[in-house]
Amino acid sequence: MARNQHHVTIKGRRDGLVFVLDDRCPFSDLLGELEFKLEKSHNKLLTGPLMHVHVQLGKRQITEAEREALHNMINRRNLVVQKIESDVAEPDPHSTHKVLTGIVRSGQVLRHVGNLIFIGDVNPGGTIQASGDIYVLGALRGVAHAGDAGRRESVIAASYMKPTQLRIADVISRPPEEWGTSDTAMMFAYLEGERMEVEKIVHLPRHRPNAVEIYKGE
Amino acid sequence: MGEAIVITSGKGGVGKTTSSANIGTALALLGKKVCMVDTDIGLRNLDVVMGLENRIIYDLVDVVEERCRLEQALVKDKRFDELYLLPAAQTKDKHAVEPEDVKKIVDMLKKRYDYVIIDCPAGIEQGFRNAVAGADQAIVVTTPEYAAVRDADRIIGLLAKEGIHTPKLVINRTRINMMKSGDMLDIDEICQVLAIDLLGIVPDDEYVIKAANAGEPTVMNPSSKAAIAYRNIARRILGDSVPLMAMEEKGGILSKVKKLFGIG
Repeated sequence: MARNQHHVTIKGRRDGLVFVLDDRCPFSDLLGELEFKLEKSHNKLLTGPLMHVHVQLGKRQITEAEREALHNMINRRNLVVQKIESDVAEPDPHSTHKVLTGIVRSGQVLRHVGNLIFIGDVNPGGTIQASGDIYVLGALRGVAHAGDAGRRESVIAASYMKPTQLRIADVISRPPEEWGTSDTAMMFAYLEGERMEVEKIVHLPRHRPNAVEIYKGE
Repeated sequence: MGEAIVITSGKGGVGKTTSSANIGTALALLGKKVCMVDTDIGLRNLDVVMGLENRIIYDLVDVVEERCRLEQALVKDKRFDELYLLPAAQTKDKHAVEPEDVKKIVDMLKKRYDYVIIDCPAGIEQGFRNAVAGADQAIVVTTPEYAAVRDADRIIGLLAKEGIHTPKLVINRTRINMMKSGDMLDIDEICQVLAIDLLGIVPDDEYVIKAANAGEPTVMNPSSKAAIAYRNIARRILGDSVPLMAMEEKGGILSKVKKLFGIG
């Protein structure tokens, strides 16, 4: 039994017990070792006062059935499982694009954490807001705010770019008087230092090579 | 079972009440049983435009507060046997009734009439919620101005939230010559932004003001351009396909309209 003793580490904390479970061994080994520890080597744990147990799975992802099994294994006598959690790193919301369709009408605010592709119009008085990039396949006539949590490399692109106002991070731009162009078709906006620049979408890869993967031809 | 249509706009002064009176009357003219409901409590106008003010005995709030039966509050029109008006109260405000109260009344009216035309107050607060509560359909009235279109857009969003997903658009007070010269938002631009079906275009017509002041709905006068527009709208509500005013105003008719406006 000694060889798998190190899969389960039990620590005491002020608010209860922490079971740290190894995340590389097979799940059945964990159950076996838990059984052994609770029944044999650490059986005096079961005789104390009511104790909350916090189970940490490391990077392991478990199924509902496995969660149930863990729960049943530990939840005996005075032990009460309070939490079973994996510390899986949250995927970066800016590595994917959310696709939505509809119309953002006057008075409506569409907010998204991450990058947003919106298929439809954003009308005057409406707001589209994302922590990452915003791509509007339609007419952008309202307000768009990309990088609303401070991500300055964010861009705003639109098939028809005639916004009331554009914001990227904390920079506000009122078109078109502040822009060098009066073009409205297939445009995108990005930050160049403290200034917002507007250019044709074809130039996106030049200014933001990391915004999306670039097609380089066959 | 009839259909309840709310006439709304968000912005004030674009012609909700005028449109309600004229669409209601035009439907009656086409032989339908119609009841108009004024939900602008505290600022009732529909009765004045219809010329029925002096016939009011009870109102919507009286019905809600059970001071009278629904039938007692209905005012019969002086021109048509099957056209009625349920007037709003002039002394209370929007908070005197709840959306459920209005819904109950509209549901009762729908059983007896082909069309229940609900005149909505301006704004997006309680008055709006009261007006749309019982409605199956909505007509959004706007004028060719940015502010009015902005508010119409807001209203379309709010109507969707209330479960009315396919409202129809009426563009009121259009001036063809100003649209052509680019001084006024044109029909296509408005329709592009609002992205809902166009039910009709009503030309700006001085006769509308005269008729409203006389308590006579514009549609009663077939020589008025606006009257024809409202009659066409009523026919489209009944499902007829009638070409739009803009198309009708080509050639000979256009010059007649110009003369009517004194710009020819």
